[in-house]
Amino acid sequence: MTSQSIPVAGSGRHERVPLRLRLAQRGIDGVTLLVLPAALFILLLFVYPFLYGMNLSVHPKGGAETVGRFANYARFFSDSFLYDTILTTLWLALPVTIINVVMSIPVAMRVRLMRRQRLLTTILVLPVTLGAVLVAEGLLNYLGPQGWLNRTLITFGLVSSPIRLVHNYWGVFIALIIHSFPFTFLLTLSYVTGIDPSLEQAASTLGAGPRARFRHIILPLLLPGLAITFCLSFVQDFAVFPSAVLLGAPAGPTRVISIAAYQAAFEEYDYSMASAIAMIMGFVQLLIVVAVLTSRGLFYRGPAGGGKG
Amino acid sequence: MKGNENPVLSRLWAYAIWAVVLFFVINLFAMIATVVVNSLSTRWLGTWLPPGFTTRWYFSAWKEFQLDDVLVVTFQIAAAVAFLSALLGVPAAYALARRDFPGKKLVMLLFLLPLLVPPFTYGIPLATVLYKSGLGGTMWGVIVANLVPTVPFVVLVLIPFIEQIDPRVEAAARVFGAGTVRLFIYVLVPLLTPGILAAVLLVLMRTMAAFELTFLTSGPGSQTLVVSLYYAVSAAGVRAGQSVDAMAVIYMLTTLIWLLIALRFVNPTQIVARAKQTH
Amino acid sequence: MAIRLRAFERLRLDNVSRNFGTLNALKNVTLDVRRGEFIALLGPSGCGKSTALNCLAGLLPLTAGSIWLDDKRLDQLKPEARGFGMVFQNYALFPHMTARRNVAFGLMMQRRPKAEIEQMVNEALALVRLTALGDKLPGQMSGGQQQRVAIARAIVVQPPLVLMDEPLSNLDAKLRLEMRAEIRRIHNLLGSTTIYVTHDQDEALSLADRIVVLRDGMVRQVGTPEELYARPAHADVAEFMGYRNLLPSRASGNGDGRMTVTFGNANLIGTPIEAVGSGDATIAIRPDDLTPSADAPISAVVETAEYRGRDFYGTARTSDNVELFFRSDRKVASGETVRLGADPTRVLVYARGVT
Repeated sequence: MTSQSIPVAGSGRHERVPLRLRLAQRGIDGVTLLVLPAALFILLLFVYPFLYGMNLSVHPKGGAETVGRFANYARFFSDSFLYDTILTTLWLALPVTIINVVMSIPVAMRVRLMRRQRLLTTILVLPVTLGAVLVAEGLLNYLGPQGWLNRTLITFGLVSSPIRLVHNYWGVFIALIIHSFPFTFLLTLSYVTGIDPSLEQAASTLGAGPRARFRHIILPLLLPGLAITFCLSFVQDFAVFPSAVLLGAPAGPTRVISIAAYQAAFEEYDYSMASAIAMIMGFVQLLIVVAVLTSRGLFYRGPAGGGKG
Repeated sequence: MKGNENPVLSRLWAYAIWAVVLFFVINLFAMIATVVVNSLSTRWLGTWLPPGFTTRWYFSAWKEFQLDDVLVVTFQIAAAVAFLSALLGVPAAYALARRDFPGKKLVMLLFLLPLLVPPFTYGIPLATVLYKSGLGGTMWGVIVANLVPTVPFVVLVLIPFIEQIDPRVEAAARVFGAGTVRLFIYVLVPLLTPGILAAVLLVLMRTMAAFELTFLTSGPGSQTLVVSLYYAVSAAGVRAGQSVDAMAVIYMLTTLIWLLIALRFVNPTQIVARAKQTH
Repeated sequence: MAIRLRAFERLRLDNVSRNFGTLNALKNVTLDVRRGEFIALLGPSGCGKSTALNCLAGLLPLTAGSIWLDDKRLDQLKPEARGFGMVFQNYALFPHMTARRNVAFGLMMQRRPKAEIEQMVNEALALVRLTALGDKLPGQMSGGQQQRVAIARAIVVQPPLVLMDEPLSNLDAKLRLEMRAEIRRIHNLLGSTTIYVTHDQDEALSLADRIVVLRDGMVRQVGTPEELYARPAHADVAEFMGYRNLLPSRASGNGDGRMTVTFGNANLIGTPIEAVGSGDATIAIRPDDLTPSADAPISAVVETAEYRGRDFYGTARTSDNVELFFRSDRKVASGETVRLGADPTRVLVYARGVT
């Protein structure tokens, strides 16, 4: 809604317009102030902790004068137990996100033609509703050496002995896919359905079959949305925690950066170090997001409609 | 004219896609079923199905994990979070929907950030602040922490609902003498009830399933069910697997009940999508 | 002109039906179109005209019936195989492609060599007078310009048939008139065959060689603009074509192409269009034809009168409370009693109850 513009009863130029009116002309009045409680709350409990954490991270436990302000960061990057977590987390998050995004495209293209989408979307929303912890527990049972999956594989002769899917990389990988595919899929679906169907119709009257329509019309219009979907999914996957602990091998191959942060905070009670790790975590996420979004600038970014002038 | 795509190939492609979806869904249900079956079994090792069924694990889990207390705490926290986030979020959504003011974009960004940044990333600094201020480990600490993502969520969910209300209806109310408070009580809240209901339900669900924030800020008397479950699973060697799974099933039931209720009012996409597409 | 449209002689819709669940959008529509004709599908919303066009394009499958181009059966083919050009109501320009690439798209699908594509695109853009905007995106163009790109895109592929779905309805009045002339000009220049959907009878009358009036999925009348203007075949067609006075009356007396009808307590002489015996009838009179004169049969009290520059258009009410729309050369005042009548050739008599 645009701001109300209140006509000023203009008499002499020297008459001062009351402050209240001037503010109202710029859109600030009693109603605007309604945003303050929530905004202040977020400032206090999101922005401030962040700044506090940043500050805390450069006041390391040993004392800034003694070990230098960036001691935490130095320690992080010199201790392979710590900096390896970045790579480990990337090694999990990037493939999972890429697979999710790529898989979501053909599924979304099919589902958008369905009439009874709600049932399918409800089923797909289950893993998210249930949460990562339950999914982890379920997978511990299901993927375990005695679990149904291994049994089925052995019964069908696909493997001769149970494959190791829990307490290793694969367990976490599968958990992440189950847990974040629905999110990726639903976002992609909304972008796909946002493309004006008359564009595809026009393309088909001009001789384009399904593959040509996808390649020339749908994909270019989808790419900006896919970039956003990628970013949102990646950021979530990068922050994986309960799956990595319960289903992975938190001491080694699935020691993700969130585990390092948690240990610093709650096992070493080094809040300064924990904040530093959280900052690093946020920074890596930001880096990837910026990288993806700037390459998005190379693609068409306007509306995906047929244009009505 | 250019020839058609090979219809056989397109058929195969369609079947392949559905096969993948089906595979996903089957595995999902199988996974859930495993938990349920295990929770009901006497012992289960090395066979397709357990040799015997019992419900005793539910009773033992209830006592062992003090689920009655935990459930009460969980509901209290979820209800408080829902109520407070609506209290803060509805007026803010109204202001953002109806007014354009300098710095509005910044405020929108402010509300968007907690939804985009994953909970663990801001959770650690948040937990630090809460512990330093003495709220850490208490129920209020957990409530406050969970409010951080839910207030913006309510705001973002409600803005389109508010934009749908014809501003002239409000103008009419004002012409007839209603101040802002009465406008809210008599006009806006009634008209917004579906939206507020949707938002509150979604917040309830998300808070019950919210893990990271509660995990980082809770203490022994302030854990939600999901956090207790986590501790139980990670200590699984100590406790009987069946017992843990019984707890898991109870947790599942609580979230699923809310899901079913919520689905009458909202569409599944809104449960998952955290950021509204403005692109 | 290097854009030469492919030849055919006849397009035939044979008993075409299309249902959406329980809704019969098209019922047994049969139509013959000759090469070079400009056909307008005219009707109110919901009459099935857009459905018919979409069926022709292949965007909707038929529930029954068939479509033939000369002796080739079309209705089983997908749209990409039919080769018709289509202009959509919202233009449906690909927003991520420049005007050039939009126009070139169909040619690209035909896998023509690059040089040929470029030449044909240039010609098409010149035809719609948009050469200067070739490298702009649709988002950077006005409605009229987008419209022209859409037209260029449809004709550059040399289709035997050009389909247009209310292409002008999103433009303002002045632009609409300009583009109307453009569309006809291009049609004439290329010798194309065009099927044009509209709900605007003025558009249909000015553009078409023949008009097909549809209502509720059925063809009500097919004829030239003159035929439809002067002799609509049914009362509902007359209503749509601007005969605002539809008066319930009783018919009596019949003699050499004329009929006496009684409306209220006025006796009029009219021309029967449908077979009307004695009995209930509906008479249709255009407001332009209903004028006041001293010895006219219908007595009514003027309610409103609008000044239109050359004359006045007004509404009046009879003693039976029927509203009439008339035209007057001289000024009439609200409340004045006038006597209204019309020439017998302009009073059309239809059977009542048949719509």
